[in-house]
Amino acid sequence: MIKKFDKKDEESGSGSNPFQHLEKSAVLQEARIFNETPINPRRCLHILTKIIYLLNQGEHFGTMEATEAFFAMTRLFQSNDQTLRRMCYLTIKEMANISEDVIIVTSSLTKDMTGKEDVYRGPAIRALCRITDTTMLQAIERYMKQAIVDKVPSVSSSALVSSLHMVKMSYDVVKRWVNEAQEAASSDNIMVQYHALGLLYHLRKNDRLAVSKMLNKFTKSGLKSPFAYCMLIRIASKLLEETEAGHDSPLFDFIESCLRNKHEMVVYEAASAIVHMPNCTARELAPAVSVLQLFCSSPKAALRYAAVRTLNKVAMKHPSAVTACNLDLENLITDSNRSIATLAITTLLKTGSESSVDRLMKQISSFVSEISDEFKVVVVQAISALCQKYPRKHSVMMNFLSNMLRDDGGFEYKRAIVDCIISIIEENPESKETGLAHLCEFIEDCEHTVLATKILHLLGKEGPRTPSPSKYIRFIFNRVVLESEAVRAAAVSALAKFGAQNDDLLPSVLVLMQRCMMDSDDEVRDRATFYMNVLQQKQKALNAAYIFNGENTHCAPSLNLRALVCVDISGPIQEVRLCLSVSSVPLANTPITEQKTEFAPVATSKLPEKPGPTRQDIYQEQLAAIPEFQGLGSLFKTSEAVQLTEAETEYVVRCVKHTFARHMVFQFDCTNTLNDQLLQKVMVQMEPSEAYEVLHYVPAANLPYSQPGSCYSLVRLPEDDPTAVSCTFSCTLKYLVKDCDPNTGEPDDDGYDDEYVLEDLEVTVADHIQKVLKPNFAAAWDEVGGDFEKEETFALASVRTLDEAVGNIISFLGMQPCERSDKVPENKNSHILFLAGVFRGGHDVLVRSRLALADGVTMQVTVRSSDETVVDIILASVG
Amino acid sequence: MTAQTCPRQHQRTTMEIASLEPSLYTVKAVFILDNDGNRLLSKYYDKELYPSMKEQKNFEKNVFNKTHKADNEIAFVEGMTIVYKCSIDLFFYVVGSSQENELMLMAVLNCLFESLGQILRKNVERRCLLDNMDGVFLVVDEIIDGGVILESDPQQVIQKVNYRADENPLSEQSVAQHITDKLAMTSNIMQSAKEQIKWSILK
Repeated sequence: MIKKFDKKDEESGSGSNPFQHLEKSAVLQEARIFNETPINPRRCLHILTKIIYLLNQGEHFGTMEATEAFFAMTRLFQSNDQTLRRMCYLTIKEMANISEDVIIVTSSLTKDMTGKEDVYRGPAIRALCRITDTTMLQAIERYMKQAIVDKVPSVSSSALVSSLHMVKMSYDVVKRWVNEAQEAASSDNIMVQYHALGLLYHLRKNDRLAVSKMLNKFTKSGLKSPFAYCMLIRIASKLLEETEAGHDSPLFDFIESCLRNKHEMVVYEAASAIVHMPNCTARELAPAVSVLQLFCSSPKAALRYAAVRTLNKVAMKHPSAVTACNLDLENLITDSNRSIATLAITTLLKTGSESSVDRLMKQISSFVSEISDEFKVVVVQAISALCQKYPRKHSVMMNFLSNMLRDDGGFEYKRAIVDCIISIIEENPESKETGLAHLCEFIEDCEHTVLATKILHLLGKEGPRTPSPSKYIRFIFNRVVLESEAVRAAAVSALAKFGAQNDDLLPSVLVLMQRCMMDSDDEVRDRATFYMNVLQQKQKALNAAYIFNGENTHCAPSLNLRALVCVDISGPIQEVRLCLSVSSVPLANTPITEQKTEFAPVATSKLPEKPGPTRQDIYQEQLAAIPEFQGLGSLFKTSEAVQLTEAETEYVVRCVKHTFARHMVFQFDCTNTLNDQLLQKVMVQMEPSEAYEVLHYVPAANLPYSQPGSCYSLVRLPEDDPTAVSCTFSCTLKYLVKDCDPNTGEPDDDGYDDEYVLEDLEVTVADHIQKVLKPNFAAAWDEVGGDFEKEETFALASVRTLDEAVGNIISFLGMQPCERSDKVPENKNSHILFLAGVFRGGHDVLVRSRLALADGVTMQVTVRSSDETVVDIILASVG
Repeated sequence: MTAQTCPRQHQRTTMEIASLEPSLYTVKAVFILDNDGNRLLSKYYDKELYPSMKEQKNFEKNVFNKTHKADNEIAFVEGMTIVYKCSIDLFFYVVGSSQENELMLMAVLNCLFESLGQILRKNVERRCLLDNMDGVFLVVDEIIDGGVILESDPQQVIQKVNYRADENPLSEQSVAQHITDKLAMTSNIMQSAKEQIKWSILK
């Protein structure tokens, strides 16, 4: 019978918890016995415990009921039961923020804090300070000062810690207690010492000289408390960092001397402080590293963990300094605490030689499933770093990563692995096939849409160029059958890429596409229809334009717009292209008249959805609201803001350049930093150096103090001379000034005209080109064709490195680097940079720039575009 | 690959160590869980860390799942350093930032554990702890005040709390019920002892 009962208890797990089924209302009901006379301390104690337990469990108390219970509780101060009184203090602290009028207990607490019972005094101070505000603090200031220097340690500590809590609230009052805190700091009690030091530092931390004096005093006199030592070390290392003092400073000597302290806590704190100092030499690190090495064999897990974690940190910057510990670290790789083992192995991976990699990887794979995700990410990062260090080891790594990929793990962890595999594939061409195979296997059972689409995109990009592309088709098509819409859409795009690049696969891809056209999701169906149509044309140029270098399809943008146009693919390519190549083209510009009617409903019912408006979209909307700027067409490009004044001047003006097909709009964001002026009719007058014509000024009506306002200028681009892409404008800010009262902001009635000269504003070729990423540059290059190709060679005398040259070219032309060509491999004398963009008016521009490093950099620029003028413009502007 | 931002950027999963602002606020949180991961007591001292009850309980659950299988003393969860100890069917945790001196946290944990050991007369297990919950609250209050280590010597803590464990805890339950409870408790102890042994073998 009893046994049966036991079992039930065990199962429910609640049988032995007297607080399990507490009802808040019942407990508050019980609290009424607080008012009974005489007080029953034991019962009252039990009820207070229940209340605190409920609060601790997250039970919500309303203000009314809390206040009622609180007031009832105050009666319990009549009892002299010690534990009951202490529980009252706790209740006061717990309810300080819930109940109203908690200050009614002030006098009771003040009595206890100054009373004879030492057991009450400390806790009473702490409770009192919880319910005190700045005004009341002054009333108890006298008692606090006395308490800080009280000879009973618990009283002194309580007063010091409570003062520290109140520094945030009433700095000025607490500051007056510095002398008392100073006195407490020389107490014999170690905790009082520690708390006094903490309070003193908090009060003085903004005064570097005072901190320095304080450090000096305490480092000389020596403290007993290990906690206080740790605090001193932190203060010293912060001061060292701030003053950028050299390592010959006495502060550094102090920290180093702490390495010989008898408390492990202090020794570790000192070692850690030295390790984290910037610009430490290997010699200065050596003593710290050797104490950490000792800690590695400590029986205490926490100490081993602390040591190996700090060594791991050292290994990032100074792997050679840690090599001496390799043997100790080896012993830790079998540590039962897997966190320690992981840190030991990742440290060894950083310090060890290439030959030990296999062994370490084997070791780590034996327990990788037992460690937490945070550490798994650390492992993946270590592997990633290792792959860059020893590229030859990629097969071992790849194997290991694929095993990790199969294990359970959160999104962060999986993403780290996928990123690592992708970077290995990109760095080592020979690992491509194995890498892709592992990723294929992964997406067969992948719950993260983001990762699946990312991998599908990669497959589409890399798969067709492998020796046997057909094997990937199955994996991709499986996704079409099994996954969510976003993944299916990405899979369709990937399939199309295979069809476009491999003629022998095309028939099967077309069959698969046919099936995708039956999909239940609009997006997937539209993509399939679109790609089907493009692929059936069997034209290289079309494939290049729509399949390889379409928008970044793995982000799953809507393809409705394209599906709409593709029917008319036989029409003039140029025109169709125009509406596709720039992603922000609004529907109004598409050649609606040529569409077949059956597609029209799609167009009107479902506009392209974007994740959120881009910066350019926001500007487009703002500009469209201004009547003068209507009829300019769609916004082609918006530049970054250019400062036209110094940051600290009376008026701050920055300019944003908006480029349209035939016009430019300059938006001047002005801020008036003078609080005694109101500016009106603010505009920026512009004097162009070239044949640019200023058509309109839109002034800002009012510019009050510190409220930014915008004025605009509309400029027509020279039509007769399309090559005039760059121009310098001299700008002057013109306005009507009204003086006003700085306090009320009331302006005078009269004002006077004034002007303010701004810096010149430059329009460059980059303002006319929008960046476009072509994932497959070669295809795009062929597609544009060599009709208008031009080539020229330049010498860049002032540039010293290839990196610098690449950076200059990109920022000058404002075009998008493709095929990762913006990254120059180390130790190379030549480099090819691929740039892509769209010129104002919708002409594709591609630039291939061969760079060679000799004395200075020689650059051979080849430009292709669908329009000859554009080619000329680019070459002219480079030269 | 184009720049595709991850929708869920977890901020606290990195182990980066920034420079440490000297401060007495060492402890971020303390909690005691039972062997099902239920909260028996918990205090969070940093208002910004897990402000809501739901976040706190999630964190506790996460910590419990990562620590209850092996008594490893120290762990790193959600960017926080956690030192812990288990005793029969109880788990004690002290949480600090990733930059915190692990040994300071250990000092707090040891002090908490030893003080409770004395108060509960070495019966550091769930039922006994719950029967003396008032003493437990007072002990925690004497060791940490608002995140500052107030006392780290268990003897001092005991002296300050001056608490005597109750032989016959006051309850409304009948004597029979009480006996059943005691029996359940013993079998609970047996159960968790078995668990402990099992895990130490499996390690």
